[in-house]
Amino acid sequence: MSMTGVDGEDRNDLTKEESRRIRQRSFALLRSLVKPVQKKVVLTAIVVVLSTALQVSGPALIGLGITVGLPALTDQNWMPLGIVVATYLVAAVLGSVSIAWYTILTAQLSQAMLLDLRKRVFVQTQRLSLEFHEKYTSGRIIARQTSDLDSIKELLGNGVNQLVQGGLYMLFIAVAMFIVDWVSGLVLLASLIPLAFLTRWFADRSEKLFRETRVASAKLIVHFVETMTGIRAVKAFRKEKRNEKEFAEHVEHYRDANSKVIQVFGLYDPGLMLIGNVTLGFVLLFGGMRVVNGELGIGLLLSALLYTRQFYGPMQEMAMFYNAYQAAAAALEKISGVLEERPTVPDPTGPIDLRQARGHVTFDGVTFAYNKDRVVLPSFDLDIPAGQTIALVGSTGAGKSTLAKLISRFYDPTEGAVLLDGVDLRKLHPKDLRRAIVMVTQEAYLFSGTVADNIALGKPDASREEIERAAKAVGAHEFIESLPNGYETDVNKRGGRVSAGQRQLLSFARAFIADPQVLILDEATASLDIPSERLVQDGLQTLLADRTAVIIAHRLSTVAIADRVLVMEHGRIVEDGAPADLIGGTGRFAQLHAAWRDSLV
Amino acid sequence: MSAAKATERKSELSTARAIARIYPYARAAMPRIGLGMLAALIGALVALFIPQVLRGLVDGPLSDGVLAAVWPAVALVLALGVLEAAMIALRRWFVLVPGTHVEARMRNDFYNKLQDLPVAFHDRWPSGQLLSRVVSDLGLIRRWLAFGVVLLVVNVVTIVIGFAFLLSINWMLGVLFMVCSTPLWIYGYLFEKKYSIVARRSQDQSGDLATSVEESVHGIRVLKAFGRGGHALKNFASQAEDLRGTEIEKARAIAGIWLWLLLVPDVTFALSLFGGAFLWLNGDITTGGLVAFFATATVLRWPVESIGFLLSMTFDTRTAVDRFFEVMDEVNTITDPEQPVSVTDPKGRLVFEDVHFRYQDSPARYPDLLDGIDLAIEPGETMALVGLTGSGKTTLTALATRLYDVTGGRILLDGVDIRDLSREELRTHIAMAFEDATLFSASVRDNVLLGRPDAGEDALAEALDIAQAKFVYDLPDGLDTRIGEEGLSLSGGQRQRLALARAVAARPEVLVLDDPLSALDVDTEALVEAALRKVLAATTALIVAHRPSTVMLADRVALLENGRVTAVGTHSELLATSEHYRFVISSLEDEQDDSRVEVNA
Repeated sequence: MSMTGVDGEDRNDLTKEESRRIRQRSFALLRSLVKPVQKKVVLTAIVVVLSTALQVSGPALIGLGITVGLPALTDQNWMPLGIVVATYLVAAVLGSVSIAWYTILTAQLSQAMLLDLRKRVFVQTQRLSLEFHEKYTSGRIIARQTSDLDSIKELLGNGVNQLVQGGLYMLFIAVAMFIVDWVSGLVLLASLIPLAFLTRWFADRSEKLFRETRVASAKLIVHFVETMTGIRAVKAFRKEKRNEKEFAEHVEHYRDANSKVIQVFGLYDPGLMLIGNVTLGFVLLFGGMRVVNGELGIGLLLSALLYTRQFYGPMQEMAMFYNAYQAAAAALEKISGVLEERPTVPDPTGPIDLRQARGHVTFDGVTFAYNKDRVVLPSFDLDIPAGQTIALVGSTGAGKSTLAKLISRFYDPTEGAVLLDGVDLRKLHPKDLRRAIVMVTQEAYLFSGTVADNIALGKPDASREEIERAAKAVGAHEFIESLPNGYETDVNKRGGRVSAGQRQLLSFARAFIADPQVLILDEATASLDIPSERLVQDGLQTLLADRTAVIIAHRLSTVAIADRVLVMEHGRIVEDGAPADLIGGTGRFAQLHAAWRDSLV
Repeated sequence: MSAAKATERKSELSTARAIARIYPYARAAMPRIGLGMLAALIGALVALFIPQVLRGLVDGPLSDGVLAAVWPAVALVLALGVLEAAMIALRRWFVLVPGTHVEARMRNDFYNKLQDLPVAFHDRWPSGQLLSRVVSDLGLIRRWLAFGVVLLVVNVVTIVIGFAFLLSINWMLGVLFMVCSTPLWIYGYLFEKKYSIVARRSQDQSGDLATSVEESVHGIRVLKAFGRGGHALKNFASQAEDLRGTEIEKARAIAGIWLWLLLVPDVTFALSLFGGAFLWLNGDITTGGLVAFFATATVLRWPVESIGFLLSMTFDTRTAVDRFFEVMDEVNTITDPEQPVSVTDPKGRLVFEDVHFRYQDSPARYPDLLDGIDLAIEPGETMALVGLTGSGKTTLTALATRLYDVTGGRILLDGVDIRDLSREELRTHIAMAFEDATLFSASVRDNVLLGRPDAGEDALAEALDIAQAKFVYDLPDGLDTRIGEEGLSLSGGQRQRLALARAVAARPEVLVLDDPLSALDVDTEALVEAALRKVLAATTALIVAHRPSTVMLADRVALLENGRVTAVGTHSELLATSEHYRFVISSLEDEQDDSRVEVNA
């Protein structure tokens, strides 16, 4: 089986072939991100080379000034010193300006790439079908777009920057050392050997430890957030003491992991300094001997000493690059997997426009299976004339919700077609499809923003009058008015206190204002209290007069407003008729209805 | 965001005194921090002493050409270099451990305080706000203790001593250097102030962006149903672009400080070279003096650059300390009594006596949400609570376990005011199932046995049986399957059944169930009801009910209207006597159906 998309994200047993494919995939993604900005990349590279070279010139100029400038002064010749000082000033200005320029350029570059990537992942997330989301889980798709993107941001914004700048800096200092005094240059090169060993040790140790710290802190955060969001359950079931212990363990793990990281730093940092200072001693030794022998100017020895002192500065930050790289590479691999997923419910390539739908829905030989073993709808035909209100009845697993998801094109049929006014939903322009067909489900999700914003989601350009009319129509107006700021109340601020029923009323208002030709209600009244449901039903009766509607409700009250009842069992329609006829008969629906009537008294 | 702004007001104390509030946590760490400072100081002095050796070397053996005299000087430089590295290692070793311990202690205290604070506090504080305190703020305090305050003190002392050295080499050059470096102090400080504002904006914006991502994923069904993916993308893209703008602005600020950090020292060095040469020509300074001057200035470069950053870190730490204590200072209004009494032989008689309640942020123009509730539930009795959405049913249930405290009147359990019991004991007697079921990241077993961790397998199986939650046996790892945020995600109905099983498994004297069956389908609901009857026969229960079928579980029904219990009786009594009850609980279609049946007849 070839591995594509997000497969393999959880696997530790990838073959060499598969790992290579994943690496290639994420590299291709990186290339596609660089491509639009490659000219700027070249410019940035030129600027950073220039600025580093200018920065490094300082100590050499001081040495030159002392070695060449001072002796000339004794002859009253100010020229050499003047030239050195003037060069120094010019280099200082150009160097600092170019480094500033470089800083801005890299930010523009990395931000452009990040923005590009963010949008791509966001669009892809919205394009992918519900099937994907249900399997992949919300936590993971959110992590791709938050923490993973942060790792990439860290690498592009700081990691690469530090590596390039630090690497060039060290390279140029080494070159300058050789120019100033080749013996000192050799000493500096020799110091690279212990430096390499030390850095290797640090990179190895810190990579593992950093990962431990990240894991420990993630656990601590999850535990913390879970406690705070579930504080009612924590208190009601006296979990505080147990939590205290669990949290203290998380804190301890994090503390220990963190201590180890600091410990490694605590050795690496002085280690660098030790190497630097010992190198300094040797530079001084060889240089001093040669000054005494008249082979080296004192000023140049000073240059060599200043360079040695500066050489190791960028090392610590560069050593961190590896960590940033590791984290970002892992993130990029996962993101490229998500981007590679093909939506199972794709947008049509040559969409058919349907400006004004009538609402005639047809199932034409539809088969649907979530997978081979679970056929939910075996060969299904159904014709819903425009304007008809249908109540869908049946036990859990009979296929009612699947039917609803097929009409609203959350899923596509495995075989056959669902048609709106004779047009296959798969060929319909998404805009027309969504304008014509709207589904309201039991989970009434509210977005942050005001109550009015949430209703207006159904019709973004809605006026306040329209919003209030919609709220009144579904009986939500009163409770909205009683909120602290009425329609302008931020739904998150009162989070816990907008009840499930109230949320559902708002999502009804949202559907009401969207004014679709086909409305699908999947258990959309489950959390409403009876008076609210009554109001909603009154509203619906008016709304649905000239519209097509499919209503799924386990409370048969809905049947009252239906023109036609379909009873489903095991993916098939077993009864189909007007409510009164079915109630009067002896079939499944008559039994259900009788049982339900009993439950009311 | 406004919550964040409101909390970032500074306390009235001076910075030093505000930070000093962490003394109780830091006390144990003080000696080691002091020793760390001492080590750092010695290291800095050693670094400053090396140029003095160079000075002697250049003016002595190197000028005189005495090779033998070079050796001791080099040996001294080497020894000083090793000593400096050792002191750095020592500083890190001293401050490492105490810093992480202080952080861990503060973290645990913070968490425990939050668990203790009442639900009303958590209603006001979003978990994100608390999270940033427990993670970033405490991290900052640790870094300041282990690093910020140590380096601030040491660097200031180093600068003072370094300047003394510079002045001793040549007072004119020293003054020149000092004057030239003052812009860095000032600019560095101003930069940090400005930068921290942009940085905070960037933090806020990435927080908002993350919220958008989360909502676009959690609300994906709504976005798909209404075809609002494009709308969401537009919002997201504009937020992402804002963030990019801020990030580039941040980069510009950094570019600005880089410019000055490089320009000012280089210009100072160039001017010093010129001035030094002039002095040298007049014989006011030796070559060795010049060498020592530049070497010392190089050593001082970093301490001078760092002061602005360290000061701003100190101010940020003060804010972090303020934010920490803002929560720690919060007075807990729901506490255990000083001398808790105990219900020795709990029967489960629950009495509400003239209970009043209003939310703190409720506008004054509204009356109390609960406005004088009188209700007695006898041992073993099941009482249904019926009322319109927003009538305070859920609030009333929350009062019984003291998630909130009454604002007037009292609640008695077996004759004892619940405020005279310890919260631990109260919540052992009364267990709750919430409408939106909170599950924790733990196994199914741990989640169900939350209220009684020591219960056996039998009790667990029985509870799962009653709640019709046998689906858990089919999960990948059965009862050990991890669920919750970090584990397998369950449907609303499944979560609700587990929450019910949790309440049942706690085997309390009093069960409080908030609409526990709302997310279940008809068949499951019927099964749960049948099983629940057995439990309710022996347990006192208060059940919030929206549906006649739930009401049927109860012996009596209390009708909640305008904050009062206006009627108590059996279902049929209330149907017969209370018009409001009929309005709340009986469906419209009854009447409609009746009329229709009549017509049909």
